[in-house]
Amino acid sequence: MSTSTVQPTDKAGLRRLASYAMLIVYLLFLILPIYWLVNMSFKPNVEILNQLTLIPQNPTLGNYANILTDPTWYMGYVHSLTYVILNTVISVTVALPAAYAFSRYSFIGDKHLFFWLLTNRMAPPAVFVLPFFQLYSSIGLFDTHLAVALAHCLFNVPLAVWILEGFMRGVPKEIDETAYIDGYSWFRFFTRIFMPLISSGIGVAAFFCFMFSWVDLLISRTLTSTEVKTIGVAMTRTSSATGLDYGTLAAAGVLTIIPGALVIWFVRNYIAKGFALGRV
Amino acid sequence: MDKPQNNRAWFMVLPVLLLVAFSAIIPLMTVVNYAFNDTFGNNAFFWVGVEWFKETLESDRMWGALQRQLIFSFTILAIEVPLGIAVALAMPKKGVWASVCLVLFALPLLIPWNVVGTIWQVFARIDIGLLGYSLGLIGIDFNLGQNASAAWVSVIMMDVWHWTSLVVLLAYAGLQSIPDAYYQAAKIDQASRWAVFRYVELPKLKGVLLIAVLLRFMDSFMIYTEPFVVTGGGPGSATTFLSIDLVKMALGQFDLGPAAAFSIMYFLVILLVSWAFYTIMVNLDREEERNE
Repeated sequence: MSTSTVQPTDKAGLRRLASYAMLIVYLLFLILPIYWLVNMSFKPNVEILNQLTLIPQNPTLGNYANILTDPTWYMGYVHSLTYVILNTVISVTVALPAAYAFSRYSFIGDKHLFFWLLTNRMAPPAVFVLPFFQLYSSIGLFDTHLAVALAHCLFNVPLAVWILEGFMRGVPKEIDETAYIDGYSWFRFFTRIFMPLISSGIGVAAFFCFMFSWVDLLISRTLTSTEVKTIGVAMTRTSSATGLDYGTLAAAGVLTIIPGALVIWFVRNYIAKGFALGRV
Repeated sequence: MDKPQNNRAWFMVLPVLLLVAFSAIIPLMTVVNYAFNDTFGNNAFFWVGVEWFKETLESDRMWGALQRQLIFSFTILAIEVPLGIAVALAMPKKGVWASVCLVLFALPLLIPWNVVGTIWQVFARIDIGLLGYSLGLIGIDFNLGQNASAAWVSVIMMDVWHWTSLVVLLAYAGLQSIPDAYYQAAKIDQASRWAVFRYVELPKLKGVLLIAVLLRFMDSFMIYTEPFVVTGGGPGSATTFLSIDLVKMALGQFDLGPAAAFSIMYFLVILLVSWAFYTIMVNLDREEERNE
């Protein structure tokens, strides 16, 4: 075995083994906390608090039933989804023409504007909570879905513009020119020819707007109170109440993971691109 | 890039401009207003100049939060970037397993941040959490609520769990774009694995890694929800980072002046890093064009 001819393959084999070991350890590290949450969501509270069991001894769907029958819980999802979808639609709609302008033309101040958009994606939400609270209170939008949807535009519109611009610059300019020569108006060209060409880009932009709006807690919590109770608020309330209902909390957490987990397969090749604002 | 000059393109940008101006500039004006004025309520303001900035710069509280923030940000960068590169290198290059890895890795990225906090809060508890309980079995007291180092380990582990995958995905995307010919050339030269990494892969990864570092720095620099849910900034103020401190100041105590001054300085740092990010992006684009 120790002859010099097999040594290189030995070494390569060892290296491959080390690679697999590393992947498996990393995957375990990622999966364990999620497994624990899922595990808890199927246990009654008595079992959670009294013994540490790796699989539920008395598996129950009670925690999920709690959520699906209690309006303060399930309406949390409805409220959250409402402002998230509203925000996604607004962000992508206004970002589409803007991204086209950035990718096709140069105009006065274009670079400054593009940079300024980026600074908003990077801005800490904590800086904005107080002014947002005052702004939306003063125009009477406090505690509405629209307020949260508009507030999330702060980071989602820049995100959508940057992502879409990244996709649009990959489309050859000759297509635009040919369409104009053929007598298409800008609007007809844009909706009939251009948008289908970058449909995957639109999908990715919409997905990321959805995601970043969905994961936010700070801004949505600040801008809502009694009318619009988001799922994030419902969850933090449970965790700070005296009698902690861990089972229901875990079930609520599992349910919030589902939208992401459902679409993840379709966007797997675009995730890096989306987080890097369309630049990878 | 020879884009035609066309100032009418402004009309296409106008909706974005108005919308973002509404949600960014008006609030920032409010912040600036508070930063230079004091009030006794009733919307009566009087000018105090840079008084709030002075007060903030002289307070130990701000420096403490900044120090903790920097330690946190650099620690997670020091762990996530090398770990992310290593995992990306170990990943299968193509096929079903590559897709499975991508999907599983991306999962934590798509979990709402407060749920990330909840997951780690219950996972790390000594009574009902797998991690805390197991550590207790081998004699380590991992009480988040009382033990500052346990709180730190938890928030750092949580961030590594949450965001290392982003570095993996970016590095993986970078590796995918290296043509096979480069590897074959290295093989002919009988380059060692390390040499291949150092002279073939790393130079090609430079761009995406810079993006990864900047994104991770920015996002960790403004982290709020996850540590807030796990530790609430405690025990004491052991894990009170900049954003947590700011929200406490602004919404908890309504110290508008200091909070606003704090916000403006916070924002200047963000501007600086954004500028670095932008410059790198522009240079990358230019490089790509040159290669085409």
